[in-house]
Amino acid sequence: MTQESLVALALLAVVAPALPGIVVKTKSLLTGRRGPPVLQLYSDLWKLVRKGTVYSRTTTWVFRAGPLVALVSLLVAALFLPLDGRSAPATFAGDVIAFAGLLALGRFALVLAGMDTGSSFEGMGASREVTIASFAEPTLFLCFIALVLATGDLTLSGMLGTPLAAAWPRSGATLCLVGTSLFVLLLAENCRVPVDDPATHLELTMIHEVIVLDHSGPDLALILYGSALKLALFGVLVVSIFSPRAELSGPVAVAVLFAGLGVVAVLVGVVESVTARLRLTRVPQLLVGAGALALFGIILELR
Amino acid sequence: MYSAAQLVLLFVVLSDLAVLGTTRLSSCIRGIAAQGLLLGLLPVLVAPQLSVHAVSLGVGTIVVKAIVLPWLLGRAIREAAVRREIEPLVGFIASQLLGVLAVALAFAIASRLPLPATTQPLLVPVSLATLMIGFIVLTTRRKALMQVIGYLILENGIYLFGLTQTESVPFLIELGVLLDVFVGVFIMGIVVFHINREFDSLDSTRLAELTD
Repeated sequence: MTQESLVALALLAVVAPALPGIVVKTKSLLTGRRGPPVLQLYSDLWKLVRKGTVYSRTTTWVFRAGPLVALVSLLVAALFLPLDGRSAPATFAGDVIAFAGLLALGRFALVLAGMDTGSSFEGMGASREVTIASFAEPTLFLCFIALVLATGDLTLSGMLGTPLAAAWPRSGATLCLVGTSLFVLLLAENCRVPVDDPATHLELTMIHEVIVLDHSGPDLALILYGSALKLALFGVLVVSIFSPRAELSGPVAVAVLFAGLGVVAVLVGVVESVTARLRLTRVPQLLVGAGALALFGIILELR
Repeated sequence: MYSAAQLVLLFVVLSDLAVLGTTRLSSCIRGIAAQGLLLGLLPVLVAPQLSVHAVSLGVGTIVVKAIVLPWLLGRAIREAAVRREIEPLVGFIASQLLGVLAVALAFAIASRLPLPATTQPLLVPVSLATLMIGFIVLTTRRKALMQVIGYLILENGIYLFGLTQTESVPFLIELGVLLDVFVGVFIMGIVVFHINREFDSLDSTRLAELTD
């Protein structure tokens, strides 16, 4: 564990809410609008934190625990990412599975909290969220398998750290395929446009947003912050694959990472501006397509 | 490190998978045009040195497979006014997975075939994969036009396999094959048009209803 990786982790936690701002700004500029300021989410969070919460009488402790569990599981998952391009604050053989499991735990907590309200809208949203997740998770694991084969390392620190730089000349094609696949996953997991529309206001069409309809005040702030952090985590995965930073010195590596995160956010904004949302029945096809890319990468490695 | 030829071959596989996964016929035609362009680049990249033979084969391939055939197919969908493949016999997700399985099989078979060592290890597996994916498209789609596209992919696989032997296959034969494909697709275009006029649809399963 290096000091830099801890500083980078703290920085990531601070910078994360700016990423959705960059996405929205890109989208607004491309569609000829001015859009809210990039740092809008910080103001929203500050406003929400000062408000009180309202709990429905039908809800139980599951509802109250949901946002907290979701955020904490994401923060713990962030510990496994090598933000400085070399080693993560926490690492052990097979921590990729812990990483995927923590992401799943966060989603599970939110889905349970949504179901706990007894609202039929939230139940529908929960069912859609889990349906999409059941296609996204195998794809995530296929990506990890391809990375393990390419780098020969079972830890996230290795997959995205020093062995990755060594693997680039040998299996660059596989890594490009996995990176593309992970970018599609980023769109799906963070409810971005081809899968879900974060700007929609109709309960029947929302997927992620509808689950959190009943949360208010600080609870909603935790959820909004958590979704920004999740976008940042997937962004780190994509950026780390396309820019192996083991050779760079610590501060430069971290700077490259954050510049890369900005680029990913702009890319997400561009994708949101040029594509329409897919019909719900076509979403699994998109995710299976992303999985096919990762599978092709695995075939190339096993050859 | 991947050479340019190997990268082009990988993109050929990706275009195969893209055609398997798209519902819109115009996107499929664009996919097949892109594949034609990639195939046109290959003879030049694979040849040990730049020769008139390789360049003219490449140019001929690009003209026929990336420009003329897609244009013919595009005209056919305009005249028949079909836009998308709605109900394939095997669903899109399943056919995409089948496609990946075909790629895996192709790589497994190619590593066991008793072939002389070539400078392009990817050429044989990619040609086998393209052949198999062509078969999948040909057999699982209902629209006659998608079946034409499947036939074209199948032929592209054969063309790729032929590239391993560019030195020994006479130029005239290769041009003859290109001409055959061109005429084949031309005739299929006419057939597609007539199927459409007769049945008001391009569903080839309706052909079973033909009676005197």
